[in-house]
Amino acid sequence: MFSLVQVELYKIFKRPRTYIAFGAVAALIGIIQFGLKLDGKSYLDFMLNDLSSSLEIDGKILNGYLVCYVMLQLLLVHVPLLIALIAADMISGEANMGTLRLLLIKPYSRTTLLLAKFIAAIIYTLMLLVWLAILALFGSMLLFGTDDMFLLKTSYVVLLKESDVFWRYIGAFGFAALAMTTVAALGFFLSVFAENSIGPIVATMSVIVFFTILSTLNIPIFNIIKPYLFTTHMIGWKEFFDIKVNASNEAIIGSIQNPEKIVKASLVLVAHTIGFFVATLLVFRKKDILS
Amino acid sequence: MSSVIQVQGLTKKFGHQFTAVNDLSFSVNKGDVYGFLGQNGAGKSTTIRMLLSLITPTSGSIEIFGMPLQANRAAIMQNVGAVIEKPAMYEYLTAYQNLKIFSALSGVSKTRLQLLHELDVVGLAARAHDLVRTFSQGMKQRLAIAMAMVNDPQLILLDEPTNGLDPQGIADIRNLILQLSRVQGKTVLVSSHLLSEIEQVATRLIIIDKGCKLVEGDSKDLFDKSKTVVAIQTLNNIEATKQLMQTNWASHVLIDRSSDKEICMQLDEKLLPTLHKNLVEMGIGVLSVKPMHSLEDYFLRITSTPSYV
Repeated sequence: MFSLVQVELYKIFKRPRTYIAFGAVAALIGIIQFGLKLDGKSYLDFMLNDLSSSLEIDGKILNGYLVCYVMLQLLLVHVPLLIALIAADMISGEANMGTLRLLLIKPYSRTTLLLAKFIAAIIYTLMLLVWLAILALFGSMLLFGTDDMFLLKTSYVVLLKESDVFWRYIGAFGFAALAMTTVAALGFFLSVFAENSIGPIVATMSVIVFFTILSTLNIPIFNIIKPYLFTTHMIGWKEFFDIKVNASNEAIIGSIQNPEKIVKASLVLVAHTIGFFVATLLVFRKKDILS
Repeated sequence: MSSVIQVQGLTKKFGHQFTAVNDLSFSVNKGDVYGFLGQNGAGKSTTIRMLLSLITPTSGSIEIFGMPLQANRAAIMQNVGAVIEKPAMYEYLTAYQNLKIFSALSGVSKTRLQLLHELDVVGLAARAHDLVRTFSQGMKQRLAIAMAMVNDPQLILLDEPTNGLDPQGIADIRNLILQLSRVQGKTVLVSSHLLSEIEQVATRLIIIDKGCKLVEGDSKDLFDKSKTVVAIQTLNNIEATKQLMQTNWASHVLIDRSSDKEICMQLDEKLLPTLHKNLVEMGIGVLSVKPMHSLEDYFLRITSTPSYV
């Protein structure tokens, strides 16, 4: 198994297409950081427009933690496409090249081969998120410094102490890894039905867009299915940045307002990931390889 | 002689409409170069894919090295190498990297020098570190063979290995098959539509058509000049057959293959002048007497496709 995973990773990282995702993430983060560094004040004025008359804000609001949060809100919507580029190609790409048949005549079971490919896809996903974390979090910390984190939510504001932020990012990136693994599992599942990569990549994104629309639609009839859609829970990482307050309305350092929501969202995502993988396995084990 | 491949009643249906392979049975003995012949769409590739467990049979059994394939797939595949139709490999990698990957996948640990030597054997040492996408079809085919041989298999399945090759490439493949069989003692199953190529290398062969076996046997029997099959066309083939059945030639007439279009007989090639003379003496209006010397003639006759090849 280990050597199979090694071979799969070797193939992924020898392929130029793989680096599109890393390049795209670096370019987007670089542009956002550049823009905020140059004109961060205007961005803040716009963001705090309604509050400037009622709040007096001290300190360095536009710090690395806030910049990273802003970027994650923007990027975690688009990262699934970059993950689909590789995950949805894992089987269909091999079928397209004709190499799938060569892999399947080697002395491994189809289950072992599929598991190795899936592990490799997850490793790629995690590496992309680590890359994102290095650039978005550590890069922004270097460029903008650190301070308390001020977040403007829809109907309230959150103020997190500087010392209470970093662990929340570890949690948020960990949760994002779960969400992106689900995306990888979906792409992997769709990959088994096709003999070229384009179809599964487009199909993966279509499913995500379709489910996201269903998740955000405020039509009562859809409320029944919303809790079961993985897209409803993909933004669960934001829960790490909501803090509990005590009776005197003071923030409790190190707390999360709704940890049950994070656990529930994680379980839904893990269930989807397992479900997609088992479905892939069931289809792939019986599939006649004609490519 | 022990059977390396034993196939019994193999059938593959795609959906309810199309039967690609129909109740096919054959055996390949150790050391054979087994020719697998048939028109395009006859079921050769489907059969080879079933032998490699890429396609699940609808019914029938496959034993390789004396073990049922489904239950012993991993153990069997340790000793099998294959080139399936057009050569497939990772075009964004070099020849050396491709070989290294398939060496690892076969569970074989080979040094850099060993891998380079194997590329040298197929004439690719000088291009070992070039991307495969820059290779010609013939070079890709040679690399595909090196990849199939990397685990030193005892059984080699080659599906249309000469497709897209120039005459030199075809000759190279032919020599390679002969070397694998005669020098290294490997068992080779080779399918091809280039029948003259099979004729030169096969020790045994099978001809299939529409998924069914038409004939299986030793090449030397099929090409035995003392058992030459002769196709005779006369002015009235049915009447001529009746006349022949009343003479000493009756035992040579292949009734099941004769029709109103031709009379088929099997006899020693040396008897042809006598046969011709007797036919004239019997007053039979002979239009042609054509001995089928080559496998290609034989193949064309029994698959009834004169336009083929």
